[in-house]
Amino acid sequence: MKVKSKKVDLAEGDLTPMIDMVFQLIAFFMVLINFAQTESNDRVKLPSSQLVKPPEVPLEFPIILHVAQDGEIILGGDDYTAETLRVGLQKELAVIKAEGKTVEDANVVIRAHKDTSAGDVQEVIRVAQEQQLENFALRVKEDNS
Amino acid sequence: MKIRNRGDAEKSGLNMTSMIDVVFLLLIFFVMTFKIVELEGDFSVRMPLAGSDSMTMDPTDLPLKLRLQADENGKLTTMSLNEINLGTDFDQLRANVVELIGTTAPVEGEDGPEIEIDTDYNLRYEYVIRSITAVSGYKQGKEVVKLIEKIKFAKPRR
Repeated sequence: MKVKSKKVDLAEGDLTPMIDMVFQLIAFFMVLINFAQTESNDRVKLPSSQLVKPPEVPLEFPIILHVAQDGEIILGGDDYTAETLRVGLQKELAVIKAEGKTVEDANVVIRAHKDTSAGDVQEVIRVAQEQQLENFALRVKEDNS
Repeated sequence: MKIRNRGDAEKSGLNMTSMIDVVFLLLIFFVMTFKIVELEGDFSVRMPLAGSDSMTMDPTDLPLKLRLQADENGKLTTMSLNEINLGTDFDQLRANVVELIGTTAPVEGEDGPEIEIDTDYNLRYEYVIRSITAVSGYKQGKEVVKLIEKIKFAKPRR
């Protein structure tokens, strides 16, 4: 009978180190998780530059435009071309005006793919200028190499 | 005596199964949603619509003009800064900008020099960013020395 009860002990094993490790892993991933991923887009691979630094204060009233490699523009989950972008921008500006701000307060953040043609980006800027927008930010990846 | 023994044995062996289940679920959730965050920054460009503002009246100096030309694949072929041909060398571009500005001291605010980038339509955007990087400053150790902060684009060429 005594021998049997010893076997039960062996079968249980010591789970403490495993649980320690698993909690450590959870803590690691929890700390590093980034919930603010709404800004990024899978179709856009940003060019990189050594000079940029992540901004200390986030831009006020950003309008984020993703420009994919084929020149298609993504604003708030909808696809636009340079011709139809005006409609999308007007919607965004209506929101900004509803908050009691002027068009000059808005910042247009352009996240363009590195292999897209420069002219497409210029077209985006031109369309935004026609809507009286004047503050633009060209988003690039920080390059530490 | 028998009864006491049984009780002790059961108490010391806490049932961990359900907790481990939940903990593993959490772990899997965090592993799946994990994505390395790339640090990003901005080059700010202030470009009001031409003709409707006072910024076009620049009393001190004309903007520098940077012309970028591309081949049919969008690759940079030549750059020229104020008609000085620079080939495709961005370091050369930076050296010329330093020379033209005359000082490497950072100039703050609205009074700094201005550059207008005139690029071929099909040039790849990456080259535009590289030229903006070259004209807007350089790194000295960990410090960033600023050159030109006012950047604008010419009309798109079709």
